[in-house]
Amino acid sequence: MNQSRSYIIQGIFVLVGVLFAIRLFSLQVMDESYKAAADNNIIQEEIEYPFRGLIYDRNGELLVANKPMFDLMVVPSQVTIKDTARFCDLLSIAKNEFDDKLLKARKYSLVKASPFLKQLSLEDLATMEDYLDEYPGFILQPRTTRSYTYSILANALGYISEISPQEIDRDSANYYHSGDYIGKSGIESEYELYLRGQRGKKFKIRNVRGVEKGEFKGGQYDTLAVPGLSVTSTIDRELQLYAEKLMKGKAGSIVALEPSTGEVLAIVSAPSYDPSLLTGKKFSENFKEISQDTLKPLFNRPLMAAYRPGSIFKIVQSLVALQEGVITADTRLKCNTSLIGCHNGASHPFGTSEKLVGAIKNSCNPYFYQVMRKMVVQNADESPYLDAKIGLDKWNGYVRKFGFGSPLGIDLPGEKGGMIPNSAYYDRAYQGREWKYSNIYSIAIGEGENLVVPIQMANFAATVANRGYYFTPHLIKSIGDSGKPLPRYTEKNYTGVDSAYFEIAVEAMSQVVKSGTGQYRAKLKDIEVCGKTGTVQNDPNPDHSVFIAFAPRNNPKIAVSVYVENAGQGARAGAAISGLLIEKYIKRDSAQLYFEPYVLKGDFE
Amino acid sequence: MRRTDGILDRIDWLTVALYGLLVLAGLLNIYAAIYDIDNPAPFFSFGHNAGKQMVFIAIALIIAISILAVDYKVYDTISYPLWALFILLLVVVLFVAREVNGARSWIELGSFRFQPSEFTKFATALAIAKYISRPSFKITRLKDAAILILLIGIPALLIIVQGDMGTALVFSVFILVLYREGMSPIPLILGISAAVIFLLALLVQNHLYFWLPVAGIAGLVLFFNRKSVRRMVLILIAGILVIGMFESVGYAFDNFLKPHQQNRILVLLNPNADPLGAGWNVTQSKIAIGSGGLSGKGYLNGTQTKFDFVPEQSTDFIFCTIGEEQGWIGSMILIVLFTALLLRVTQLAERQKWRFARVYGYSVATILFFHFTVNIGMTIGLFPVIGIPLPFFSYGGSSLISFTILLFILIALDANRMQRLAH
Repeated sequence: MNQSRSYIIQGIFVLVGVLFAIRLFSLQVMDESYKAAADNNIIQEEIEYPFRGLIYDRNGELLVANKPMFDLMVVPSQVTIKDTARFCDLLSIAKNEFDDKLLKARKYSLVKASPFLKQLSLEDLATMEDYLDEYPGFILQPRTTRSYTYSILANALGYISEISPQEIDRDSANYYHSGDYIGKSGIESEYELYLRGQRGKKFKIRNVRGVEKGEFKGGQYDTLAVPGLSVTSTIDRELQLYAEKLMKGKAGSIVALEPSTGEVLAIVSAPSYDPSLLTGKKFSENFKEISQDTLKPLFNRPLMAAYRPGSIFKIVQSLVALQEGVITADTRLKCNTSLIGCHNGASHPFGTSEKLVGAIKNSCNPYFYQVMRKMVVQNADESPYLDAKIGLDKWNGYVRKFGFGSPLGIDLPGEKGGMIPNSAYYDRAYQGREWKYSNIYSIAIGEGENLVVPIQMANFAATVANRGYYFTPHLIKSIGDSGKPLPRYTEKNYTGVDSAYFEIAVEAMSQVVKSGTGQYRAKLKDIEVCGKTGTVQNDPNPDHSVFIAFAPRNNPKIAVSVYVENAGQGARAGAAISGLLIEKYIKRDSAQLYFEPYVLKGDFE
Repeated sequence: MRRTDGILDRIDWLTVALYGLLVLAGLLNIYAAIYDIDNPAPFFSFGHNAGKQMVFIAIALIIAISILAVDYKVYDTISYPLWALFILLLVVVLFVAREVNGARSWIELGSFRFQPSEFTKFATALAIAKYISRPSFKITRLKDAAILILLIGIPALLIIVQGDMGTALVFSVFILVLYREGMSPIPLILGISAAVIFLLALLVQNHLYFWLPVAGIAGLVLFFNRKSVRRMVLILIAGILVIGMFESVGYAFDNFLKPHQQNRILVLLNPNADPLGAGWNVTQSKIAIGSGGLSGKGYLNGTQTKFDFVPEQSTDFIFCTIGEEQGWIGSMILIVLFTALLLRVTQLAERQKWRFARVYGYSVATILFFHFTVNIGMTIGLFPVIGIPLPFFSYGGSSLISFTILLFILIALDANRMQRLAH
């Protein structure tokens, strides 16, 4: 019996050996996760952050630069602090804040570095740098933040900040890591791919206490950081500064374009904020304040504010009607104020019958009421309702070709398209009830359901200046050393209206400034300015003052749209600011800027 | 049989060869464990554990030769005094030892330190061999059983008092020796059942999952024994005992085990609960071994052991070095070597005609088996972390020398087994 027990005991010995063999096989050969865990133990990835590309203005003047900044990182396993109170004083943080931050770092990893204090400036560093070597486990990680040579262009430039978890989720290329900075708005966001550069990585080996033990595999997987590409903006810094100065204390927007290229010379959203507020460690605090401001400084008006265009739209109407052939330049229509009200006066008494140029010059509402009726009511169908639909949709097709009704595609995020109504829109609005021209006539004079954004108005001025086409407005004319903007900005967009008709519009706009509604404040010595006023009804609040213009008449250099909220007639704030901008841009230092005090005073009533 | 053969012709060279391979492999791996890439120390140096281990090996060899040289009958003679001497030392150590890692195990005389509990293993093995080899010994007799329990229990208890639970647990393995010598298997089965119930009690969250199967089995057994009232009563009592033990484990666990012992058991049941705290050792040990793959990272190329992620690398966790650097193949070679040694020692024991030698041989086999199983088992997450060394392999003079003595006394007894017959 005892002999068999010997076999049982030997059997147990063999059984354990077999058990170990199986267990080890599953641990070492079947399960790959331990290899990854081992690498994770010893390999420390050190990130070398790339230098973000700079932003210059069109004349090579620096707009956005980088300034050094530091994240204070901590490796919890190496931390030995004898005097916590003194250390807290040094960093100017509270004891409980210190405890929280250290605990958070511990939870992340005992041996890997995690951020302890972020975005310390050189000034912050000055007080602590000399003492930091007394505190093992704390390391400075160099980063950069943005700095601005002038406090301008905040909404167009945008800002960068730490990437959000949602943005990391959306990053299908898996480039970003938590803690990276990313462009959140404006050019910073739109050109993120070019500006950000390529992060460098170094793989270091470290032991259990986090002490570095050399390069992983001789550094063969290490990469150098590649700096981001600098971009050259189309902005004229001097003009931008001046435009922002003029808009100080006002709400509204300015867009100035170079008609021959579509380059944005100046773009103002008022009120704005100081872009340097959204850098450094006070980012969150400042961002909260700016985003809660009731004047909405983060709302980028030139791209996002959809306004009714008002009378500037009469130029569009003229061009569409001429092309469609429902009027000619010589068509006279009576100023019949029983149709719609008009601003009559000495130059444009009741009941006059103007030709087209005269009607534009005097901004005659009844004239354009009738032009639009000719456009919409073309007797294409026996039913007046169906007829109106056919006419309206034809009109809509023309207007959209001018870039209205949908975003132009500027290289900034958040651009709105405005709204140009069509028959489907009114069918919805009337919920199945019939409608015809008499229901929708206010769109004839740029009121009613029409909505446009200021960038579209400026683009329209540029289109007229070009006599029939436009380049999509853009803010970046060169990425890196390419000297070229993105390809979509070098293509001409034609309106489909003959340039001969544009000459009529140009003549009319010239008349507006010479002797019409826009004379006096937009008129300049030696420069033939073409413009059109608009006064947009805004009951019960004061009207918005609108002006579009380009100059000089021949070989135009600049096209502008000015929209000043609640500033009354277009002939006042809008015309004066447009004139000043045009003169400043064309004449530079020799500009006389006659109406500058009037604009700066800001009392347009 | 040629009685004039020298001792060298009679010893079992296979056992000696297995011993030699394990000691040599151990030495190489201790060097790998202490190897510092930035500052590699020469292999032959007394400034590190591998160098010291060489000294211990030299001492162990001298002792081994001495053991073979002296008259084999002396082990029979000195067994009781030796046992008494080590019991005395275990008591002394309680008063003179400094606490190291929560245990008072070391006697220090100047620079010389040793751990009496290591040596108590072979002393106890000799003592029970001596007692069982008495002609009048009958394991079923209460007095004989009681004396055996005292011979094993007294050193075990003293070592528990020292705070070295791991070494004390080694003494439980003598139950296998007693089983071989005719003890009823019931204590063995009861012991294993108790361990299973203990683990189940900690694992099973909803006690119903334990109650229902137990009730079901009891019900079935009752049904088949429904003709005998006495058996039915016994079955009911057994069932109540099982449930009672199951329910009291929680209390025992909370009140009788030290927090670090509780943690080691909880970590075994759920290794991911606290990977940076109580689970650190096992987690890192498994990472080191698991990352070795099929053929390992190569000698001295282990990263986890080199960069100190694995604790106690040259002693209790020495197996990690092999696992990481030699991979599954290297690990298998070690396991085959050990299993071969265990089987060979069992065969040596079995061929003894002298009961003293046979019992002693089984003690050697089972002590080595316990160390091997628990030590490697804990590094790969099959046993709780119990700090006992891997025989012949782990760094440490007391451990190497005591295991050498343990094994070579058997080799000496085996070499002389024919002389004994001649008496």
